[in-house]
Amino acid sequence: MTIRKPEDVVTPLDFSGMDQELLKTLFLRMVRAREFEEQLYYLFLTTKMPGTMHQATGQEAVAVGVASALNKDDYVTSNHRGHGHCIAKDVSLDLMMAEMFAKRNGACKGMGGSMHLCDFSKGMLGAFGIVGAGIPIATGAALSAQVRGTKQVAVSFFGDGAINEGVFHESLNMASLWKLPVIYVIENNQYALSMPNELVSAVTDYSSRGCSYNVPGERVDGNNVTAVYRAASRAVDRARKGEGPFLLECVTYRMRGHARFEPAEYRNKEEVELWSQYDPIKRFKEAAVEAGVLTEADLTAIEAQVDDEIEAAIAFAQAGEDVGPEDYKQFIYELDTTAKAGLK
Amino acid sequence: MRQLSLADAIREAMVQEMRRDSSVILMGEDVGRFNGAFHVSHGMLDEFGPTRVWDTPISEAGFMGMGIGAALTGLRPIIEFQYADFMFCAMDQIVNEAAKLRLMSGGQASVPLVMRAPQGATGRAAQHSQSVEAYFMHTPGLYLAMPSTPYDAKGLMISAIRSNDPVLILEHKLLYGAASPGGGKALTDQTISDIGSDVPEDAYTIPFGKADIKRAGTDVTIIATLIMVHRALAVAAELEKEGISCEVIDPRTLVPLDEETILESVKKTNRVVIASEDVARGGVGSELTALISRKAFDFLDAPVACVSTDNSPIPFGPAAEQHVVPQISDIRQAVYEVLKD
Ligand SMILES: Cc1ncc(C[n+]2csc(CCOP(=O)(O)OP(=O)(O)O)c2C)c(N)n1
Ligand SMILES: [Mg+2]
Repeated sequence: MTIRKPEDVVTPLDFSGMDQELLKTLFLRMVRAREFEEQLYYLFLTTKMPGTMHQATGQEAVAVGVASALNKDDYVTSNHRGHGHCIAKDVSLDLMMAEMFAKRNGACKGMGGSMHLCDFSKGMLGAFGIVGAGIPIATGAALSAQVRGTKQVAVSFFGDGAINEGVFHESLNMASLWKLPVIYVIENNQYALSMPNELVSAVTDYSSRGCSYNVPGERVDGNNVTAVYRAASRAVDRARKGEGPFLLECVTYRMRGHARFEPAEYRNKEEVELWSQYDPIKRFKEAAVEAGVLTEADLTAIEAQVDDEIEAAIAFAQAGEDVGPEDYKQFIYELDTTAKAGLK
Repeated sequence: MRQLSLADAIREAMVQEMRRDSSVILMGEDVGRFNGAFHVSHGMLDEFGPTRVWDTPISEAGFMGMGIGAALTGLRPIIEFQYADFMFCAMDQIVNEAAKLRLMSGGQASVPLVMRAPQGATGRAAQHSQSVEAYFMHTPGLYLAMPSTPYDAKGLMISAIRSNDPVLILEHKLLYGAASPGGGKALTDQTISDIGSDVPEDAYTIPFGKADIKRAGTDVTIIATLIMVHRALAVAAELEKEGISCEVIDPRTLVPLDEETILESVKKTNRVVIASEDVARGGVGSELTALISRKAFDFLDAPVACVSTDNSPIPFGPAAEQHVVPQISDIRQAVYEVLKD
């Protein structure tokens, strides 16, 4: 199967006009996302971590580049592969890790787990396990911002697989019609589970798929955090000015299997190795040092900080109480209508 | 006789029918190259090629509707939903179109289509765990089959493919057995017996509307579906040691429902427990209770007990999931309850 050639997509990182603080933030968030998930992989292997998870290893620049162009009160919806989106939106690692362990002190009180992580205080409106489900929800958050007259924007992160759901098309049409401040981010990791782009999409130039709805789009190197950040910033500016939605395709590659230990035998080794050379974190480090915008010491300090944060998050999670058998009863309705609802 | 896992039995049914009848096709997400998320369609793309086994985009409403269009015009599609939860994306096509076309067209239309979907709670939280039977039991125009054993799975699947009306087959992820990635856990689940895993090689059908008495007994009737059949059998085996004789009935199809077998058993035991994994409110237990109270009220010595999932989305935390979804202990408790006096 033809896979995208890196040379057709890859562009050099460009640090011009980006201050050190921003660069450090980009790197910090990418390393957090990477290490959080690598730690999860290990925890699934060695402990009784419940449920499942989908790693976005290799895709960190998309989540981080986009979310770093947002304000704290802007909205995000996410999908099944959503740890990085949460982390890029500054959801606490402690709360996320505790949720993974199904603890009462988790981000969703142990009720949602990996596929439903969210933190409304950070504008993170939810990860949805139903492919495509977050797309109209982000569009609705944008409508709400417009109605309420705030300058907030909404971002929906979803995969190349999700754009073949009807809700993608329905959402783009309404967003364009009503000039809603929403940015649709296609995280094109080139596969939807076992299916490469070409086998499921008649048009694989995804950023052009807004044309039927007059939604402008752009394709960027999704493993280049500065390129993603710049493109997202432009889209966000437009949206905030009331110029309507934007479709941003970020081409990247999923370095791990689809879920937990899925071996991804539908791709060949050469392809995985080829794309692994374009690891967004590695590229950032090399380019930043070469350009002299950050030093090795800066980067190492951030990596050490993340190691500590993750260790602390695991400790926080392990110290938490397990979800109790009847905890769920308080979360079905706002009011305690358990009796009326016929709960045991 | 040869033993098969439930996943293997379903595959054998599909393969045999596809060999026999070139109008049968399979469509769904990752059913071809990937062999299906639970490996139920293993090897089928290799054997039948891409004009019979279609790897679809993630477009449930679209490919469900296409299944209907193909069924109206000479094919017999089998539509796999990767998880039953995703059927809701295709709800309009299933409920408003597939189920209603025969009537709306004054009998001109036939929709010979099979939908297959795995369901049940396995630690995957609220959107990958639901048991959906009640939604579809409520939809006139659909048949609804729920195989609890490999033997039943093969026979019901073949009947479904040969049906000229749409059939939904709900499969339980924990029952698939060793061959499936979803089955690893099932191997360690002591509650799943190997009952009904002897499967004849030749094709055979199981008529819809014919319940199976999985275990005969005299003191209490337990009506159960899917994994609850196995949990009920475990309870029956335990309680036998206490001198309590349980009859375990698996309706196998909820639509049509074998009322006769159920009512006969109720008239014999006078005490009933219904165990199913859908949520309690508006669910299978309520429906069967209504039936029994309408048609066998005078025979009941105790109120019917329903063991079903609490009226809640499935929570993630394992202790909460366990609590919400019926376990062996819940069924045992319900049996004691109906035998109390
Ligand atoms: C409505 C729906 N259909 C199918 C699935 C099963 N599923 C989960 S993720 C996935 C692939 C999604 O691909 P893509 O959107 O590209 O995201 P990626 O996994 O590559 O990040 C599938 C088929 C689902 N969760 N929801
Ligand atoms: Mg993808």
